[in-house]
Amino acid sequence: MTSAITEERTAAEGTTGPVVQASEITRVYGEGDTAVHALNGCSVDVGRGELTAVMGPSGSGKSTMMHILAGLDRPTSGSVSIAGTDITKLGDNELTKLRRKHIGFIFQFFNLLPMLNAEENIRLPLELAGNKIDEAWVEEVIKRTGLDDRRTHRPSELSGGQQQRVAIARALATRPTVIFADEPTGNLDSHTSAEILDLVREMVTNYGQTTVMVTHDAHAAAIADRVLFLADGCIVKELRGADAGQILSAMEEVSRQ
Amino acid sequence: MIRVALRGLAGRKLRATLTAFAIILGVAMVSGTYVLTDTIDKAFDNIFSETYANTDAVVSGKTADISFEGDSADTPPVDESVLPQIRALPDVESAAGAVIDDTNTKILKKDGDAVNTGGAPSFGFGLDPALPQFNPLKLLEGKWPTGPDEVVIDATTADEQGYKIGDSIKIATLKPVRSFDLVGLAQYGDVASIGSATFTVFSIPTAQALLDREGSYDTISIDGKEGVTQQALADEIKPILPPTAQVRTADAQAKEDAKDVSFTKFIRYFLLSFAGVALFVGAFVIFNILSITVAQRVREFATIRTIGGSRKQILWSVVLEAFVIGLVASVIGLFVGVGLAAGLNALFKAINADLPTQGLVFAPRTVIVSLLIGVGVTVIAGLIPAIRATRIPPIAAVREGSELPKSRFSKYVPYIAIVVIGLSVTLLAYSLFKDKLDTAPRLISMAVGVLLLFVGVAMVSSRTVRPLAVGTNPIAKWGVVLFSILVYPFTLSYWLLRSAAFGTGARKRLTALLESVAIQVALIVLAALLLSTFVGVLIVAIFAGTDLAVLTMWVLSKVRGFQPEWPVEFPNVRPEGMVNDVAKENSRRNPGRTASTAAALMIGIALVTFVAVLASGMKKSNRGAIEDQVKAEYVVTAQDGFSPFVAEAGEAVQQSPDAQFVTSVRSDLSEADGESGYVTGIQPGAIAQAYQFDWKEGSDAVLGQLGRNGAIISDDLADKKDLAVGDTFVLLTPNGKKTELVVKGIYSPPPFFPMLGNVSIPQTLFDSIIDRPRNSFVFVNVPGEPTAATTASLKAAVKDFPDSKVQTRVAWIDQQDQEFNSFLNFLYIMLALSVIISLVGMVITLLLSVHERTRELGMLRAVGMTRRQVRRMIRHESVITSLIGAALGLPLGIFLAILMTKALSQFEVKIAIPYVQLIVFAIVAIVVGILAAILPARRAARLNVLNALQYE
Repeated sequence: MTSAITEERTAAEGTTGPVVQASEITRVYGEGDTAVHALNGCSVDVGRGELTAVMGPSGSGKSTMMHILAGLDRPTSGSVSIAGTDITKLGDNELTKLRRKHIGFIFQFFNLLPMLNAEENIRLPLELAGNKIDEAWVEEVIKRTGLDDRRTHRPSELSGGQQQRVAIARALATRPTVIFADEPTGNLDSHTSAEILDLVREMVTNYGQTTVMVTHDAHAAAIADRVLFLADGCIVKELRGADAGQILSAMEEVSRQ
Repeated sequence: MIRVALRGLAGRKLRATLTAFAIILGVAMVSGTYVLTDTIDKAFDNIFSETYANTDAVVSGKTADISFEGDSADTPPVDESVLPQIRALPDVESAAGAVIDDTNTKILKKDGDAVNTGGAPSFGFGLDPALPQFNPLKLLEGKWPTGPDEVVIDATTADEQGYKIGDSIKIATLKPVRSFDLVGLAQYGDVASIGSATFTVFSIPTAQALLDREGSYDTISIDGKEGVTQQALADEIKPILPPTAQVRTADAQAKEDAKDVSFTKFIRYFLLSFAGVALFVGAFVIFNILSITVAQRVREFATIRTIGGSRKQILWSVVLEAFVIGLVASVIGLFVGVGLAAGLNALFKAINADLPTQGLVFAPRTVIVSLLIGVGVTVIAGLIPAIRATRIPPIAAVREGSELPKSRFSKYVPYIAIVVIGLSVTLLAYSLFKDKLDTAPRLISMAVGVLLLFVGVAMVSSRTVRPLAVGTNPIAKWGVVLFSILVYPFTLSYWLLRSAAFGTGARKRLTALLESVAIQVALIVLAALLLSTFVGVLIVAIFAGTDLAVLTMWVLSKVRGFQPEWPVEFPNVRPEGMVNDVAKENSRRNPGRTASTAAALMIGIALVTFVAVLASGMKKSNRGAIEDQVKAEYVVTAQDGFSPFVAEAGEAVQQSPDAQFVTSVRSDLSEADGESGYVTGIQPGAIAQAYQFDWKEGSDAVLGQLGRNGAIISDDLADKKDLAVGDTFVLLTPNGKKTELVVKGIYSPPPFFPMLGNVSIPQTLFDSIIDRPRNSFVFVNVPGEPTAATTASLKAAVKDFPDSKVQTRVAWIDQQDQEFNSFLNFLYIMLALSVIISLVGMVITLLLSVHERTRELGMLRAVGMTRRQVRRMIRHESVITSLIGAALGLPLGIFLAILMTKALSQFEVKIAIPYVQLIVFAIVAIVVGILAAILPARRAARLNVLNALQYE
């Protein structure tokens, strides 16, 4: 069943190759002498069905890169395309439509709406988009994220790990082309972190969910298919299938440069 | 998204409730006004339909169509010989004549004073009991009067004055007061109360004799034979009438009568304008609350954007919230309004302007208008915050401490504000100084101008917050200290009571209890003895409240294990510098928010200031005008000070041995060469001793040369009709008579309160051309200075004319001031509504600020700020905010009043700043600030330090 869903999705979109493509993006904050170059002409591709981790020391520009890739921020120069559409040229309405169809988010602080219960939070993006809801898929997601008995709980009644599960289910609910996860374990203890990382890995493996994850935690990055290292606004290193130890030493190497 | 909006609303209950409150009062005013005026209208409709229920046509005297400043001429009577002629007509089934006089019949209270109708009619009827079908009155008890000594009066007055059938009752008419036997009580149809109006019914001959209508009727009501239309009947009657009489169908007559009560329309718009003010302030408050709410929900909205919410969806969710609040508040306001209608009626009663009522009328229009206005105002006020919410970028979802992005127009705000203020001043100037503008466009451009002025000032006010906060800081500090000293006995006794209830040590607790009781008793006794019983009762009420609160806490602590806070700090009044400084800085750190909170209060304060300054100018002008004109020591007027009264009263004053000099002034409506105004009848030989003419042409000597038909005219009339001394003109009087007059002199009356008309003629001529002449004033001098004895002697001389009132000139002016003051108090009460709404706005804003600063408050508590210091900090910020409102509102109100005074320059209104009142308004602002802080300060002081620090 799992593979059937993956195939169906690939067939439906009819494309292969990179899902997110950024070329020569720069991002400058401020002007003149005080200008800060957060990104210096980075180019990056995100492969379909892959879990890509973005790492780097503080100030390396990893968050900026993710914001730009996800269309939350615009690059000063360069272009970003998601599923073949150049998002740097889109107006607010088109960008909103693109987000509904192609982008999912998982946040460090969960960002659930406090007045809605777990299930309502999960369904919210579907209701915002206003399309016919695939009930079977929503059920699948709720069960898969282990929230079956937590449906009617408000966020304030859930633990941090449970809230992040709701956020993951919310991101999955629309079956977006790509999910961006911003330090998804940054606000969780190590045990809960491990559970959440398992869930993220599972959604990539089982559903072929393309995912970009920004993290500074080597253990988190270790679940990725591919790890990108940023320093001073550029990608300086890339690893595939690395374990936590390899990633740690790569980080040290990057930080030293 | 609908769910997000509704659940969000449900999650912020206190905020939503308080927001709703801001609109409930305004809507209640709207619906209350409609209910009240509809009710009055209905009562009048009933009166008219009752009056002509069995009537097809009405014959009355033909009146000269003269009206001036809302006063219109009385209808002259019809000769009684017309009645048998009408009865003889083939299509007439029956007909009855009636005497109807609406001013001269005064019922006396048991103490001998006349019942004051406050300008409402005091009817005197002569009705034919043999033809009850024409009688609009319904006899409740007893019988109709037949003999010359019998009367029936209205049941309401009888009830209020304690008269019963069989009592002897004194009644004044155009003849001196005399006693009658009360033989019955009646009411007007089904209308239980005709307001403060009264009526007295006599037999027809009695009424004719008492009210100077010998041989005539005021109206003749006619019932046609079966099958004869009203119009046909009227046409049949018309040819037999003398030229001074006219016939109308009953329908036309009812319509004509209804014209006289167009004042309900005036009352409606008058009250609605206060509702408008309340709604306007409410809109400010709602705008402010929604803006803060949106600012606090930035992350929530940004998250919705990241997961696919569009700008439109964000917009609708905020608008929907406003809509729901508006709808719920409007429905509540609608029903509160029904209660308010009863309250307004009571208020009118209190200022002696009781209106007829008969069951509350709740029209569908009331519901529709109230809901539309309530929802509309809320949604419009919510629109700008909603639009700003759509400007939140999705990236705010991942940024910590995201703030609402600045509006794209924010840098233009000062320019926009200047344009708005410029536009408002232009509109105000246009409405105030443009000649020949209709009332409606004038009032509308004035209202829009004032509203724009408030909006414009509110827009720039955020820039004034920083300096104003510094400037008002010491005032706030010492104001609060003063207030704390004033309420110290209360806080001390409260503390002692608490310590008695929850403290430790039986002996200590007993002492505390005794001390508290001692303080309370001492204060009550002192206040009652030194100030007034009222203050004493007030203090008893306050103590009762605090005592009951402690008792409740004590009972709860015994019965349900409630844990009252104890120990609490011993009350003191010393200001704490550090706390005040933090508070001052708090008020400055979000100037936009402080400004818009203060702006709501500013509106209320500006309006009361406007009213106070204008009123004080008018009072001063009035006093000045009277002092300039009146040389006599005493003035005799009607009880209400302005209505015309019985001419014989003037002669009666002369009976007093102390009346050294008496001269009366008659007055009635007239038209001089088509220019309407008043004609006054003066005594040429005497008037100059009592009245100071400001001659343009001629001198006091002219008075002696008036002859039979000489006239003194105002310079205004001379200019308008191009009349000079020696010219002739024609005077039209209400009975239709035309008299040719010669101008003998021209004088310039003071524009504010001219006591003589634009035409003054000798009294002998006046009495011959005016039916039933009445006095407007009688001037009296006594030998030497007026004393209590001379006043008593003059009063005794007019005791048979209870509607006349003898006063010294000064007392008369004071009486007018007092009447003006009660009207002012009415205005203040209406404007207080908007101050209450702005108070609610301050409470919410402070609550939200406390909520926002939870973490900071926890930090302050952690480093050693006591609960009391937290409370004081919040209170100080609140008082600074309200003083900023006062600092903006007071000058704005003075500015508007001066502008208005300039516009009224033709009446030479003086400018007089009532400093005492303005200081009182500033004190009210401080009290508003203290009150607004109570709930937020409690919340802030109760924060759990540990939780507050962890609060995200």
